[in-house]
Amino acid sequence: MSGPTTQSPPEKPMIGIGLLRVDGRRKVTGAARYAAEFLVPNQPNGQNLAYAVFLGADIARGSIATIDITKAEQADGVVGILTFKNAPRLHDAASVKGVADPKSGSRLVPLQDEHVRFFGQPVALAVARTLEQAQHAASLIEVQYKAEAPSIDFDTATPRHVGNTSHGDAEAAFAQAAAKIEATYDIARENHQPMELHATLAEWQGEKLTLHEKTQGVVNTAEIVAAQFGLKPEDVTVISPFVGGAFGSALRVWPHTIMAAMAARQFKCPVKLILSRRQMVTSVGYRPRSRQKVRLGADANAKLTAIIHEATGETSSFETYVENVLTSTGFLHNCTNVATRYSTVALDTGTPTPMRGPGVSTGLYALESAMDELAYAAGIDPIELRLRNEPDKDLAKNLPFSSRATKECYRIGAQRFGWSKRAAQPGTMRDGHWRLGYGMATATYPSNQDKADVRVIFDIGGTVRVETAASDIGPGTYTSLTQIASDNLGIGIEHITVDLGDTRFPKAPSEGGSKTLATAGSATLAVCRDARQQLAALVGEENVADPPKWRAIFRRQGKRQLVVTGGSATADSREGFSCNAFGAIFAEVAVDADTGQIKVRRLTGVYGLGRIVNPRLTRSQVLGGMMQGIGMALLERTRLDPRFGNPTDGNLADYLIPVCKDAPLVDIVFVNEDDPHVNPLGVKGVGEIALCGIAPAIANAVYHATGKRVRALPILPENLMA
Amino acid sequence: MYPFRFQRPLSETETYTALTSSPTARAIAGGTTLVDLMRDTVERPDLVVDINPLPWRAVETTGRGLRIGALARMSDVAATPGLAASHRVLVEALLASAAPQIRNMASIGGNLMQRTRCPYFRDPAVSQCNKKTHNAGCAAIGGYNREHAIFGTSDQCVATHPSDLAVALLALDAQLVLRSRNGERRSMLEEFMLLPGGTPMREHDIIPGELIAAVEIPANALGRQSRYIKIRDRGSFEFALVSAAVALDMRGGTVHGARIAVGGVGTKPWRLRQVESALVGFPINEDRLNLAMNHVAIGAKPLAENGFKVELLKRTLKRTIHEAGAIA
Repeated sequence: MSGPTTQSPPEKPMIGIGLLRVDGRRKVTGAARYAAEFLVPNQPNGQNLAYAVFLGADIARGSIATIDITKAEQADGVVGILTFKNAPRLHDAASVKGVADPKSGSRLVPLQDEHVRFFGQPVALAVARTLEQAQHAASLIEVQYKAEAPSIDFDTATPRHVGNTSHGDAEAAFAQAAAKIEATYDIARENHQPMELHATLAEWQGEKLTLHEKTQGVVNTAEIVAAQFGLKPEDVTVISPFVGGAFGSALRVWPHTIMAAMAARQFKCPVKLILSRRQMVTSVGYRPRSRQKVRLGADANAKLTAIIHEATGETSSFETYVENVLTSTGFLHNCTNVATRYSTVALDTGTPTPMRGPGVSTGLYALESAMDELAYAAGIDPIELRLRNEPDKDLAKNLPFSSRATKECYRIGAQRFGWSKRAAQPGTMRDGHWRLGYGMATATYPSNQDKADVRVIFDIGGTVRVETAASDIGPGTYTSLTQIASDNLGIGIEHITVDLGDTRFPKAPSEGGSKTLATAGSATLAVCRDARQQLAALVGEENVADPPKWRAIFRRQGKRQLVVTGGSATADSREGFSCNAFGAIFAEVAVDADTGQIKVRRLTGVYGLGRIVNPRLTRSQVLGGMMQGIGMALLERTRLDPRFGNPTDGNLADYLIPVCKDAPLVDIVFVNEDDPHVNPLGVKGVGEIALCGIAPAIANAVYHATGKRVRALPILPENLMA
Repeated sequence: MYPFRFQRPLSETETYTALTSSPTARAIAGGTTLVDLMRDTVERPDLVVDINPLPWRAVETTGRGLRIGALARMSDVAATPGLAASHRVLVEALLASAAPQIRNMASIGGNLMQRTRCPYFRDPAVSQCNKKTHNAGCAAIGGYNREHAIFGTSDQCVATHPSDLAVALLALDAQLVLRSRNGERRSMLEEFMLLPGGTPMREHDIIPGELIAAVEIPANALGRQSRYIKIRDRGSFEFALVSAAVALDMRGGTVHGARIAVGGVGTKPWRLRQVESALVGFPINEDRLNLAMNHVAIGAKPLAENGFKVELLKRTLKRTIHEAGAIA
């Protein structure tokens, strides 16, 4: 590949271009390796590899009375069996909180005692030469339990209040309101169900541990694993270059990771542990089942005077998981009297964990459904209701917004969608035996930024490597960081390689909460600018963009590499602003008048996301979020049988996610938004807001189609059979 | 998974010998259902016998009518030239099944032998299942049963038969050709599929070492004017909430003969003879259909979560009859 011969930086900025994924070829050819694909038996050291399979409890509460591993130990290929009786005792690291660990309670450390806290909790680990031998050995472990009646039923368990917020006097304002909406909304438990199964490959060398791991944050994984094993964090290397989807399930360190490391140490060989699809449902968290009560009060002009939003979410008996269901309620619409209240219901189940749009997507379903109900009650268009209640600042924080594109999103979205063709009266639009409905909702998600470090390595051979520990779980971080590096180094992308997902690289936070581009991207920008100056000082300004010329100069200076390391912290420019992304979602649904079958025909999403680094990848993110939103609205639910505590949707045939045939026509637009405050790149994260607002837009369209308000997700055909 | 033996006999005789050499032996063709069940250890054959070498793949017209080899793949049968015109209900049912990748692997015989999707049956951690263990109880009756059956249930089992193909074949009066070392016999599909009654572990009228060799559909006027409509929660790759197969013999605007079978509602594919009788001799119109629908729910026993299936079935069936009647 020949480099550019011009001396100036590339003429066209790479930021803003819909560059194809730089790792796309590696992904579609199988060259990109995922956690379970590292170290196979025909590799050096691979002959020694063992596979681990854990046995999950088949009761939801109680304790192990007896556990007999005799048969399992004698099975072919077995290396060893671990139970609470012979497993090494790990350090009490309850005080070391990792990313997404609930503040209250202690994470489950596997195989430490006889207690069973939820169905599927690991009670024993079989380690054998092949995966099949380990599966078989696990099935031969005989466990007798002292079972107790589990508490599984969300509806009958007692909620516990955990926190509230308020501004103004919402109760008093609601009491006096001219128009009132009071409604309760339910969302079923959902599982993340990424395509890639969670997997860990653990190898010890003395007191140093290497993990190939499916994780959204290698640094967090290293810190937590080190704490559990009493190691220094730098003695744990975590490698996770590619992640096949996670949606939050790989934010925490789960018991299977700890068990793989335990077994590798105990049996002195590398150990690979891959969860089965059935185990995924009980082993890596879930979006908690929730119930929300919303009360809206408005004056005669449909201006909001009160919002009282109460939410209850499920959690486990050993950790109190609380998510941000209610944070957007305080600022999304203009209301001076807002009160929120969050409660949890502790059940005999595993702990929930953030799932795409955590909390916010849950809260928006209820809030934006209630806004729709208010629009019909007041007899005005849902967009008009929102325009009348457009705030000029964040009333919860009493801060101006760094930017807020809602009005433009409503205007452009309504025009592109054809909102004006909507009949005001619900249940009146038809297409043959299909009832048609239009619905809309406002979307938002906080635009956060964190601290990250980046290393830039210029090599004598004319290549540039950009390294940071940040992950790419699918949004295209490899590609967007390449674009940012190219523009700020003034070097063509063909010379640049980005390397991610490795604790040997400079520290970066986990990829979660839609902040990676803002965080690792801003750090890449800062370090590349600095690196460019250092490179120019070495090779001369005129040679920066011409890497083939570096060889001679590097050699003269006696250098093989120029290494520049640095980072960036949360930008000062954010100080004094409420930083969030906003959007507007429009949905057209068709509901079969006879059978209640629901088809989403069209989705239009218009978003203000600051600067768009790569429009192709941003659109791809939103597209995925829209499909997941269809799942949330119409398909996805995990139900635990209250008698046994087992999920009855434990595979992808029973846990329904949308398929291609469920995909609607999609229109995705990003408005021009220049946000000088949010971060130096001016970007807002996309991953979460892509899901937020989809479900309420669809639910509101279902109401418009049928005249029937279903206040529980997923909406099922039998809910709509008139 | 667990250790098991695998054999691939090359002759029919050796196949029967292998299948009768162990009481838990199972035949495998496409493997799309057996492998899943073995991974979950719900099925635990100690010997798996590959029957793919047997020469049973042809789709042909014989003196008896249409004959489909049991080892023909679902996608191949669906793509048979002329079949969509002569037996539309069959092609529609095949294409409404599973997903293309599965249809490419799955055999016709295996489809008819597939086992229920009841989540309690498929969950290895649930022992309360009379299909898995004699007299172990039924977790579905007092549990989640939205997808379960309303017809043909017993106090031992309420699991639905999952096949779309079987519903279409029932509406076409199909019979099975069964072969074993003792020779060949025929069994009407309706009699081949058994009700759970007090023995839900026994699902088919088949003896050890016996195989489905072919499906035969008699030559008559019923296939041409036929439809299959399937209602499901998502657009593809999903079992029926309810489905209807309707085959009509229309003469001069009047129903001369009708076959109606429904799926997603029965412990086996369910024939609605009283609805058929109510149609014969009359033109298809709204009044006649409404009268006929009065016979749909006879014998239905809804469970806690699936009561909606009765009404959903009526509406789906009505539409299917309408559309079958409208085929010129």
